[in-house]
Amino acid sequence: MENIRYDLITALPEIILLGMAMLVLITDLFLKQSNRIAIYGLSQLGLLLAAYFTVTTHVPSVGYAFTGAFVDDAMSDVLKLMIYVGTSLIFVYTRQYIQLRNMFRGEFYALVLFSVVGMMIMVSGQSMLTLYVGLELLSLSLYALVALDRDNHFATEAAMKYFVLGALASGMLLYGMSMIYGMTGSLNISDINHVLMNGSGIHAVLVLGLVFIVAGLAFKLGAVPFQMWVPDVYEGSPTAVTMLISSVPKLAAFAFVIRLLAQSLQTMAIDWQQMLLIMAVLSIVLGNVTAIAQTNLKRMLAYSTISHVGFVLLGLMSASGNGYISALFYIASYVVMTLAGFGIILLLSRKGFEAQNLSDLKGLNQRSPWVAFLMLIVMFSMAGIPPTLGFYAKFAVLQAALQAGFLWVVVFAVLMAVIGAFYYLRVIKLMYFDEPEDNSPITAPFDMRVILSMNALALLAIGIMPQGLMTICFYAISRSLS
Amino acid sequence: MSMQQIYLAIPLLPLLAAMIIGLFGKYLPRAAAHVVTIAGVAISFALSVYVLKDAMVSQPYNETVYSWLKSGNFSFEIGFLIDRLSAMMMVVVTFVSLMVHIYTIGYMHEDKGYARFFSYISLFTFSMLMLVMSNNFMQLFFGWEAVGLVSYLLIGFWYTRPTAIYANLKAFLVNRVGDFGFLLGIGLVLFHFGSLDYAAVFSVAPAMADTKINLIGNASWSLMTVTCILLFIGAMGKSAQVPLHVWLPDSMEGPTPISALIHAATMVTAGIFMVARMSPLFELSSTALSFVIVIGSITALFMGFLGIIQNDIKRVVAYSTLSQLGYMTVALGASAYSVAIFHLMTHAFFKALLFLGAGSVIMGMHHDQDIRNMGNLKKYMPITWITSLIGSLALIGTPLLSGFYSKDSIIEAAKFSTVAGSGFAYFAVLTGVFVTAFYSFRMYFLVFHGKEKWREVKHDAHHHDDHDEEHHHGLSPTDDPHEPGWVVKLPLILLAVPSLAIGYFAIEPMLFGDFFKGVIFVDAHAHPAMHELAHHWHTIFHSPVGMAVHGLMTLPFALAASGVVLAWFFYMKRPDIPAAIQAKFSMINQILENKYGFDSFNDRFFAAGSRFIGNKLWQIGDVKVIDGAMVNGTANLIGKLSGVVRKLQTGLIYHYAFAMIIGVFLMLSLGLLKI
Repeated sequence: MENIRYDLITALPEIILLGMAMLVLITDLFLKQSNRIAIYGLSQLGLLLAAYFTVTTHVPSVGYAFTGAFVDDAMSDVLKLMIYVGTSLIFVYTRQYIQLRNMFRGEFYALVLFSVVGMMIMVSGQSMLTLYVGLELLSLSLYALVALDRDNHFATEAAMKYFVLGALASGMLLYGMSMIYGMTGSLNISDINHVLMNGSGIHAVLVLGLVFIVAGLAFKLGAVPFQMWVPDVYEGSPTAVTMLISSVPKLAAFAFVIRLLAQSLQTMAIDWQQMLLIMAVLSIVLGNVTAIAQTNLKRMLAYSTISHVGFVLLGLMSASGNGYISALFYIASYVVMTLAGFGIILLLSRKGFEAQNLSDLKGLNQRSPWVAFLMLIVMFSMAGIPPTLGFYAKFAVLQAALQAGFLWVVVFAVLMAVIGAFYYLRVIKLMYFDEPEDNSPITAPFDMRVILSMNALALLAIGIMPQGLMTICFYAISRSLS
Repeated sequence: MSMQQIYLAIPLLPLLAAMIIGLFGKYLPRAAAHVVTIAGVAISFALSVYVLKDAMVSQPYNETVYSWLKSGNFSFEIGFLIDRLSAMMMVVVTFVSLMVHIYTIGYMHEDKGYARFFSYISLFTFSMLMLVMSNNFMQLFFGWEAVGLVSYLLIGFWYTRPTAIYANLKAFLVNRVGDFGFLLGIGLVLFHFGSLDYAAVFSVAPAMADTKINLIGNASWSLMTVTCILLFIGAMGKSAQVPLHVWLPDSMEGPTPISALIHAATMVTAGIFMVARMSPLFELSSTALSFVIVIGSITALFMGFLGIIQNDIKRVVAYSTLSQLGYMTVALGASAYSVAIFHLMTHAFFKALLFLGAGSVIMGMHHDQDIRNMGNLKKYMPITWITSLIGSLALIGTPLLSGFYSKDSIIEAAKFSTVAGSGFAYFAVLTGVFVTAFYSFRMYFLVFHGKEKWREVKHDAHHHDDHDEEHHHGLSPTDDPHEPGWVVKLPLILLAVPSLAIGYFAIEPMLFGDFFKGVIFVDAHAHPAMHELAHHWHTIFHSPVGMAVHGLMTLPFALAASGVVLAWFFYMKRPDIPAAIQAKFSMINQILENKYGFDSFNDRFFAAGSRFIGNKLWQIGDVKVIDGAMVNGTANLIGKLSGVVRKLQTGLIYHYAFAMIIGVFLMLSLGLLKI
């Protein structure tokens, strides 16, 4: 009895959100369109409650639930809180957008909440099975979200591609997991680690399993050569959904990598380090170089994501405490920048008009100097120009890689970042030095303007004082990885 | 308030005012520009007077206020050295600045850049104060460059005029040459003395008097001589000594209040101040002092000649400034540092007065600056007339007026000096007296007396010191000139007072008392001029009145008087004579018209030469190698790559799946082949 009680309390945030998602679905049936705002409130409330219980049940030690399939440690709590905040911002930024596009329905909120539950399970998964279930819950919700605007054939095509390729990646992941299971006889993360520490298992088979697992992970992160879906899905999805796909799930994917590679397969670090290194270098090159040729803003950001993922992999690849901390810092910064960036794109969209081409930003400074200034901060941060957050994130990752002895990779990454600066600065040039093509006023709810401003200014504030976020990342990693 | 807070407030108040008006001026009402900046400078002036009074009784203050950075054993600091020299400079700077601020209200009242102008002059006041208050070379250099920057901005204040842009670029470039020497000098100080702090450097200096250094090859040079000459090259740039003087006449393109404040009274004297401040170093090298005195005497004499043939009222005053700066430099070379500073002070007052008077005339003439179109203005502009007469009399050294005491002391000092070149210097400053009197009163008579020439001359556009060239083409023949309002007249009157009297009261304490005791260092044995001067004072003159009475019987007074009389004769009585002389000695006139060919030499040799080198470097180095091969090459490569990689994204799902599988295959090979 005592065990079940503990299990349920440990998983309380997940349970609450799941319940809230159901409630949203059911309530939605009985609401008139004019009252639909209630489900928005319910969803935000769900996130708030989940956050409340995540904080109150937090203990600095590591606790296992559901016979070791579920873990509650500092990293899971920190990541979950980041996910709540990110999702909550997404709700704020997307409200008007989906209202204007006839997507303001229970399905949207329920699916987002389901995907959040999936992410939380990924973050807390301590068994390969739990991790996989979480991943599938997330992925299936996202597939459905991409296709939510079902009459839009771009969106349908994107959903189809995402689904087929995602299924292929899931298959690879499962295949890899089965190899590891076959060699170690366990699905549990810590058990696998113990078995491998004892030196059992055929190395070649383990490598086979590892490669497939890495491939599955790389697909989720969007690293080269598993990045093909990213630009098409980013472009095809409604911007509200693109914003979701590009941001918070990366936090869950990060946890996934830590659980699988750093915790269960840490003895094989020598093998996966090399794979991550190659993917990191390829991602940084391909992301930065291809972004230059893009005229579509969402596609450009897709390639920018790929290059950011390359930097995260660079941190992970160091396979050291510092490396993981810097990678977590990077991915958290990435989420903040991405939310602000897509937030501004949503701000510029209006009924019947999608702001998605670079030319839509022309002369933004004349239309709204404040929004242009916010976008300027975001672009500076993405390019990694001090004193913004993006600079410090890149700096931390490169420092970790340097400490791990990858001097030439660091030099190369810095050069590529310089190339990358080009397309971010081009956005700034368009905003400040070109004439606007349309002069329609920017309309947005007050709360969105305020929160978006704070979001973008945070890039500056945290960039100047990164110590707080760094401490949190340090706490999350050092308490969870021994 | 502690003294340190007062010292901090003096430069920071003008800075604050400059920032408020510079950044927010366009959101504030127009009047805010002068109210805020005048308030800042006025408080600064009041505090400076208080500081001077305090410095008369207490010990010098020498403290670091802020440590900027430490690098090894060297530290770079912001600090103040407040002794009587700096306190006196602070009073002069803030007083003239305050006068110019007030005057500007009248002079610039129609200008679009009103707030910008006030912001600049307040910024200038801050920079100049930082320069004179410094206790180390780094801050000195900061102030040095900052005043140069503001001077550049103000010469080009009317930035739509090509001549103004040419002039400010010229000033900037010529000053770079001087600053290069200055910077090398500071570098030598830091390298050999291990410190940038004045007190530390001066205390080590005597022990280094005989140090030799190797500069080029094995030839050995005296460290002190090289250092002092390099520092003096900096002073030559800022204080416009031959051959780095070429920028000052052109700087008259700036608005007249600026010519008064920056290009006559304060900034151009920074070099004089610096050398006086460095007296413990210069005293150790007679060679450097010879260099100084020769350069100074060349400037004093030859720049005076040029004043004779100028027709632009501001340029006449500008050449007289050059010549007077030469006088100060001669005093420095004669080791009479206190005399140089004394002349600096009196000159600041009467030259600012002359410039502001010239500005008043220019306003009255509706921005016509050609003295040939003026005449009989005394009838229309009495205050300007009287004050300009006082300024001119002070400039030529009329006994009892301020210029007399300082200028006669310089002449005496040159006479008693024993360094090489002092004989020439004595000749130059004596001749200069005549020349000065001649061109000053030529201008005075042409402007204020004689016929009202604007009534007969049908003139086309001359030099305009105006804001809007469409509206001002000088005074029309039927109009009468009018004296501007009180904001213009008040500064003239307030400046006339010290021009008359300051010399009388200040000469005894400043030159022969112990005003500069412990501040300025003179080796009386090696350089006896100052000692002799004091001896004369105590045995012959006894008092300022005695000196004035004695002055009536000396050669300089006779020269000055004959200069005035000759000017009257030539330009009032027989205007045909100058024209005849001009025709007869056309070669001399030609040389003077060309300003001895400095400008054309610089244009042909330095400007054209560096343009040629620059062009070649640009064509070969920049365009072909850097732009072509490196920058554009890389960009083109990336661009092409980008286009190629973009094609990989076909949009076909089986291509994507194929890429994934290839990826897995490659990683697999990599992982397994390693075994």
